[in-house]
Amino acid sequence: MADIKAKSDILLDIRNLRIEATVYPPGEPPKNITLVHDVSLTLEKGKVLGLIGESGAGKSTIGLSAMGYGRGGVRITGGEVILNGRDILKGGKEGFRKLRGREVCYVAQSAAAAFNPAHRLMDQVVEATLLHGTATRAAAEKRAVALFKKLSLPNPESIGERFPHQVSGGQLQRVMTAMALCSEPDLIVFDEPTTALDVTTQIDVLAAIKDAIRDTHVAALYITHDLAVVAQVSDEIMVLRHGRLVEWGGTRQIIKEPRQEYTNALVSVHEIEHQEQKPGTTPFLSVKNITAAYGRSHIKVLKNVSVDIFPGQTLAVVGESGSGKSTLARAITGLLPPEEGTVTFDGRPLANRLADRPKEDLRQLQMIYQMADVAMNPRQTVGTIIGRPLEFYFGMRGRQRDARVAELLDKIEMGKGFIDRYPAELSGGQKQRVCIARSLAAKPKLIICDEVTSALDPLVANGILKLLLELQKEENVAYLFITHDLATVKSIADSIAVMYRGEVVRYGAKSQVLTPPFDAYTDLLLSSVPEMEIGWLEKAIKGRRMASAGN
Amino acid sequence: MSSPIVKLVAQRIALGILLLLAVSVLIFAGTQILPGDVAQAILGQSATPESLANLREQLGLNDPAFIRYFRWLGGVVTGDLGTAMSSGQDIATSIKGRLWNTLFLAFWAAAVAVPLAIILGLIAVRYRNGWVDKLISGLALASTSFPEFFIGYVLVYFFAVKYQIFPGISTVYDGMPFGERMQAIMLPAAALTLVVLAHMMRMTRAAILNVMQSAYVETAELKGLSAFAVIRRHAFPNAIAPIINVVMLNLAYLIVGVVVVEVIFVYPGMGQYLVDHVTKRDVPVVQAVGLIFAAVYISLNIIADIAAIIANPRLRHPK
Repeated sequence: MADIKAKSDILLDIRNLRIEATVYPPGEPPKNITLVHDVSLTLEKGKVLGLIGESGAGKSTIGLSAMGYGRGGVRITGGEVILNGRDILKGGKEGFRKLRGREVCYVAQSAAAAFNPAHRLMDQVVEATLLHGTATRAAAEKRAVALFKKLSLPNPESIGERFPHQVSGGQLQRVMTAMALCSEPDLIVFDEPTTALDVTTQIDVLAAIKDAIRDTHVAALYITHDLAVVAQVSDEIMVLRHGRLVEWGGTRQIIKEPRQEYTNALVSVHEIEHQEQKPGTTPFLSVKNITAAYGRSHIKVLKNVSVDIFPGQTLAVVGESGSGKSTLARAITGLLPPEEGTVTFDGRPLANRLADRPKEDLRQLQMIYQMADVAMNPRQTVGTIIGRPLEFYFGMRGRQRDARVAELLDKIEMGKGFIDRYPAELSGGQKQRVCIARSLAAKPKLIICDEVTSALDPLVANGILKLLLELQKEENVAYLFITHDLATVKSIADSIAVMYRGEVVRYGAKSQVLTPPFDAYTDLLLSSVPEMEIGWLEKAIKGRRMASAGN
Repeated sequence: MSSPIVKLVAQRIALGILLLLAVSVLIFAGTQILPGDVAQAILGQSATPESLANLREQLGLNDPAFIRYFRWLGGVVTGDLGTAMSSGQDIATSIKGRLWNTLFLAFWAAAVAVPLAIILGLIAVRYRNGWVDKLISGLALASTSFPEFFIGYVLVYFFAVKYQIFPGISTVYDGMPFGERMQAIMLPAAALTLVVLAHMMRMTRAAILNVMQSAYVETAELKGLSAFAVIRRHAFPNAIAPIINVVMLNLAYLIVGVVVVEVIFVYPGMGQYLVDHVTKRDVPVVQAVGLIFAAVYISLNIIADIAAIIANPRLRHPK
C-alpha cells in the first residue's frame, strides 16, 4: 500500500538520462560529446528541486529534457523521462507538443528576450492554454489577471494590453511566470529566472515566484548557478558538474553540511580575504562634479559626481542598471565628454574628449569589459591581441614583444602555449584573463573594470578576482571596479561609491560605507543580496524600507 | 496614431518629395547636356539658321535653363507633359493608356508572385535544410538566373507555339473584355513572376531564419505550438520589415523594369513606349517616362519605409 502511494506522488522520474551533442571543432572531423552522463532524479508533486552548477554542468539541458526539448541540436540518447507515469521520450513529436505548455511549462532566463515583441502580453500569456484547449479565452484571461494579481504586478487588469517593451524586466519575468502558471501545468522549469535582474529586483521576483509555487501547488525544477537563491525556494537541491551528479540532498543539508568538496567550494565561494588599504594623501585621479547626458537629452545620466582614486587601490562603484556606473567610466575615459566638471590626472586636467587626449594619457587608463568575447577580435590570436598595446604604446617589435607577451601570459596564469590560440578556443575565464593581460600590457595607472566577473561562473569569477588582487600588489595598478554585485565589492574594494539614479549616494572607505547607519538605498541594496540562509528571503522582504526602482 | 509615427512618416514623405525634385533636375539637366535641341530635332538637318532662331524664339528655348526647367516642372505638376516631337501628340494622353496597361500587368504579376514567394519562403523555413527547402531554393534561383528574355521565349515556345494555349503576342486594346485581356497578359505575367519570385522568396526565408534564433521562438516551441504555427505566428511578424522592403523593390521592378518583357510580347505598356521613343530620340517623351518611373520607384520605397515603421511595435506603441 505504501509503495503504491509513494509511486502516485512522484510526478517526474528521470532515469539514467544521457544527452549528447555533435560538435564541429575547427579543422577536425565532427565528434559526439556527452553533455549529461546518466543522471537520475525524482520529483514529487508540488515540490521544488533546485538544479545547481556552473555553466556546462548540464542543468538547463536536464531541465529541458523534462519537456523533451533539446536546445541547438542536443539529443537525448539514453534513459527514461517518466512524467505522470509514462515515458515521454516514447511519445514522439506529437507527444512532446501535447505536453509542452500543458503539463510542463518553461520560464526563461531573460523574459525580455523570451516574449515576442510583436504581440501583446495577454495574447502570449493565454496562448498555450488556448492551444491545448483547456479553457476558453475569457476564462484563460480571467485566470491570467488573477495570476498577475498574485504575482503583485501593477495594474493587473490592464498590464496584459501592453507590449513587452512597455514593461520593465522584473515585471516581465513575473508575467512569464504567470504565463507558465496560466495553463495550470503540473511542472514548471525555471531556468535562471532571476539571474538577469538587478539584485533589488531579483528579491521581489523571487518572493513572487515562491508564493506562486506555494499557492498553486505546482512542482518546479529551479535551475540557477546561485546557491543562495536556490536555497530560498527549493525543498531539495541537486548539485551538478560537467553533466554528472555531484550531490543531491535536502536544502538544509546541502548548504549547511555539504558532503562533497565541490559543493563546499560553491557554498563558500565569495570568501576572499582582503585587507582594506587606507587612502593615501593625494589621489592620482580626481573626478570633480561631473554631469553628463547622452546626446542632447535633458535627462542627466550623471549628476554632480565626484570621486577620488588613489594609487594601487580599488574604488568600487556599485548600483543597479541605469544608475550611471558605466557612464561614469565613459566620462573618465573621454568616450562621453561630460557637460560639466573635470577629471584631473596627476595634478593636471584631462581633456574632455577622447580625441583630444595624447597617447600617453590613453595608455594610463585601460578598460576591461563584461563580455570578454566581444571585446576581442575573433580573427586575432592571443599573441596579437596582447601584443597590440605593446606595439602601439611602446613600439615593441619581434622577439622583444613576444617575450613580453609570454611574460604577461605568465602573470595571468596561462602558459606560453596560448600565444597562437584564437579567442573562440578559450573558456570564459581564460578570455577575461587575456583581456586583463591586454590592459596590463599598457602598464596603466588605472584599469576600469566594468562588470568583469558578472558573466562568469562564481568559481571562475572568484579566480579572476584573486588574480586582479594579486596583480594589483605586483604592479601597483589602481582599479575602478564597476559592479552590481555587493559580494564582489566586499572581496576587493578599498573604497566604495554607491550610485543611484546618476548620483553618488554614499561614498567612503569600505568599512565606513558598509557600517550602519545606512541611507535607505544602501540599506535596500545590502539587504537584497541573497544570503545562504533558509528563510532569508522572508526576513529581507519584511525588513525593507524602500521599494526597488525596477518595480 | 501616436506622435512618433506621424513624425517619422511625415519625414519620409518630405524626403521622398525632395528626392523626386532632385531627380527631375537631373533628368532635365541630362537632356540639356545632349547636343542639339528640340528646334533642331524638329526642323532636321536641312534647317536654315534663321528658321532655327525663329523656332527657338517661338518655343522659348532662348530663356535661361532654370526658367525652362520651372516651365517644364510647372507643366508636369499640372499634368501637361509636353508634346512628343516624333508624332506631335500630347504625351500625357498617350501615356495614360500605356501606364494603365503596365500597371495592369504589374498588378497581376505581383498578385501571384508576392503571396507565392512568401508562402514558399515560409515552407522553406519550415523544412529548412531538408530536400523541400533545397528544391524550392534551387528552382527559385534557377528561374532568376535565366535572363527574362530567355524565360519569355521559352514560355512563348511552349505555351504559344507548341501547345497554343496562350497568345505569344500580348495585344490589348481599349474596351477589351477582361477575360481576353487576362489571357493576353498570361505569358508576360508568368515571365515577370518567375523573374521576381526568387529574390522575394529567398529574402523571406533569410529574414525569418534570422528571427528563428530568438528566445521567443523557443518560448513558442515550448508552448507546444506546431512548427508551422511557430513560424507564422511568432517568427513572421518580426521578419516583416525586411520582407516588405524587398517586396516593394520588386514591385518597383515590375513597373519600371518591364521594358524587355514588354518588347518581347509586344505589349503596349510604358516600357515599349519608352523604347520606341528612345530610338526616335524623342527627348520630351523620355523625360516624361523617366520622371514617372522615378516617381513610382520613390513612392514604392517610401511605402516600404512607412510599412516597416508601422510594423515596429516599439514605434507603434511607445512607452
